[in-house]
Amino acid sequence: MISRSAFPQWNESEARARLTSLIREHDGPVLLCLQDVQMVYGFVPTAAVELAAELCNVSRADVTGVLTFYADLRTTPPPAIPVRLCAAEACQAVGGRALAQAWRQACDQDNQLAVDTGVDEPIFCLGNCALGPAAMVGGELMGRATVMSLKERVAGIRDGGRSSVGGES
Amino acid sequence: MTVWFVPRDAAAKSMGADGIASALLARGEEVIRTGSRGMLWLEPLVECASERNGSRVGWSNVTVADVNEDRLDTDHPAYLGEVDSLNYLSRQQRWIYERVGIIDPLDPKDFQHHSGLAGLKAAMAMAPVDVLEAVKTSGLRGRGGAGFPAGIKWQTVADQEPAPLRGQPSRATRHKFICVNADEGDSGTFADRMLMEGDPFSLLEGMAIAAYAVGADRGMIYLRSEYPEAWDILCSAIEVARSEGWLGESVLGSNFAFDVEVRLGAGSYVCGEETAMLESLEGRRGMVRAKPPLPAIKGLFGVPTVINNVLTIASVPGILGRGAEAYAALGCERSRGTQVFQLAGNIAQGGIVEMAFGVSARELIEDFGGGTLSGRPVKAVQIGGPLGAYMPPDQLDVPMAYEALADAGAMLGHGGLVVFDDSADMAEQARFAMEFCAEESCGKCTPCRIGAVRGVEVIDRLRQGDNIETQTLLLRDLCDVMKQGSLCAMGGLTPNPVLSALDHFSEDFR
Repeated sequence: MISRSAFPQWNESEARARLTSLIREHDGPVLLCLQDVQMVYGFVPTAAVELAAELCNVSRADVTGVLTFYADLRTTPPPAIPVRLCAAEACQAVGGRALAQAWRQACDQDNQLAVDTGVDEPIFCLGNCALGPAAMVGGELMGRATVMSLKERVAGIRDGGRSSVGGES
Repeated sequence: MTVWFVPRDAAAKSMGADGIASALLARGEEVIRTGSRGMLWLEPLVECASERNGSRVGWSNVTVADVNEDRLDTDHPAYLGEVDSLNYLSRQQRWIYERVGIIDPLDPKDFQHHSGLAGLKAAMAMAPVDVLEAVKTSGLRGRGGAGFPAGIKWQTVADQEPAPLRGQPSRATRHKFICVNADEGDSGTFADRMLMEGDPFSLLEGMAIAAYAVGADRGMIYLRSEYPEAWDILCSAIEVARSEGWLGESVLGSNFAFDVEVRLGAGSYVCGEETAMLESLEGRRGMVRAKPPLPAIKGLFGVPTVINNVLTIASVPGILGRGAEAYAALGCERSRGTQVFQLAGNIAQGGIVEMAFGVSARELIEDFGGGTLSGRPVKAVQIGGPLGAYMPPDQLDVPMAYEALADAGAMLGHGGLVVFDDSADMAEQARFAMEFCAEESCGKCTPCRIGAVRGVEVIDRLRQGDNIETQTLLLRDLCDVMKQGSLCAMGGLTPNPVLSALDHFSEDFR
């Protein structure tokens, strides 16, 4: 089984230093702090909520409120290769719903695929609306996605490289 | 020396543009990464010229094998000939998108060679009040959806005194903000993204002009997190603009100071609503604020703030550079200038079409778009994003302009057109509109927060054929409450797709 996450372990003193300089340079820093923590550690652990509250001089409730409002922010580690399928109208018009269903089936049949990708965290619009169904795999945008092309991309990333779409034919 | 042009636009990359660029570089070719020409069904579209500013010929849907096997010649089946003279491009009136797909988005010389900075230079040679006058004369209206006259908004901000940020003492430094809404969350829209990826300097130039006109010293761009490529390009563009002296303490060597920061959203659709965006930029939950006070009076951190969409701001350099009258000469009635239409969904030739207002939806979908991708008949077109109405095919002759669309019970929104073929189930789409509203509602007002959840339930009962007359009545009543009682457009406009589906496609509900 491949490692769940390439992110480092939570390190309070390191986080404190990062957030302190972030707060010094920016007005209204709570969301920025949580985004920064997630960028570094992959998710926002409880300890980060306390730290951000202390450094931003707001209550933990305020920070938790921000954390729970935004779909991007997560409180658990992300899958190794997140797969996000666009669930919005332009992709629905070209079979987005059927793709999402077929992808879930593929993950049902392949436990490793489900573990590595987290199955699917739907997203509303990736801005690739003329080339749907759109998907983001491991942070990379794909157009005209199929179960096959998603699997190929996941395998490419798993093997350490980025597979080239539309490549060899 | 042959020069190759390969887009680094996210949509082009999603079809393999990076692989093509690497393959060309590996063969020792000179490659310039540009934005996309906006003909997305042709991506990756690779162009070639005998010199940097020479005429370009292109190939569509290029593969790495095409490059490696040296197949890119005039005999290739995907050879397009001269790209500028392709019908899709040559019929357009590109104003905002003048340079997109042509220049290297991060090369300041390339930008200036293609008349970049002409607008800012012209503006700074004028008094701020004359810049305001020019924007009013142009008739420019907000491209985010509401269509409010930009010049009037700017005037309101210009009339305010700068103020210290909220919570700071009155002796603190006083500011006004130029805030760009780049939270392009509407499905079927990608014009902001492609502009930021293809010509970011034009956005910064427009922001600087706005700042000069209203007396602002700080700029803020709120970019959605789903656009990582645009983030990279914008951050680099701001660095370049600072080092070129286009931003900073002394803009173009004058005593006018203006700098720009870009912040990321965090996956919330409602943060595209201007007051929710301000809350989010201030680091809080993206809850909609009641108006008044208008953001122009108390906006970001409580100081006077211009909030405009990316396309509104990016229209400004051309207005100052080429003249407000030239801009106002385009368009129809009270919709002046050009609109960047985005053809999306089930469409054969999807992409960007920038035309003067007044072009019909049918022209866009049939002449430019080439009909559906599936080849099946068009069933419905959703104009203006998830909060826009579903239009049946017999209503597509409506001119694309603010008032004409409103009269037809639709709205322009951000200019996106999402095409559905006859396999679409419009009751399912109506349900999705409510579901989306329930998911993305900020929760501040009851009609939106609760209404959307109840809306899903009513549509489910309707689709099950449970007491159809009563459920239909209930759904219409609920939509009326949401429309009249919601604080912002999220709840207020969600009835658009729902009721239009019910009115035009009632057979899908039984």
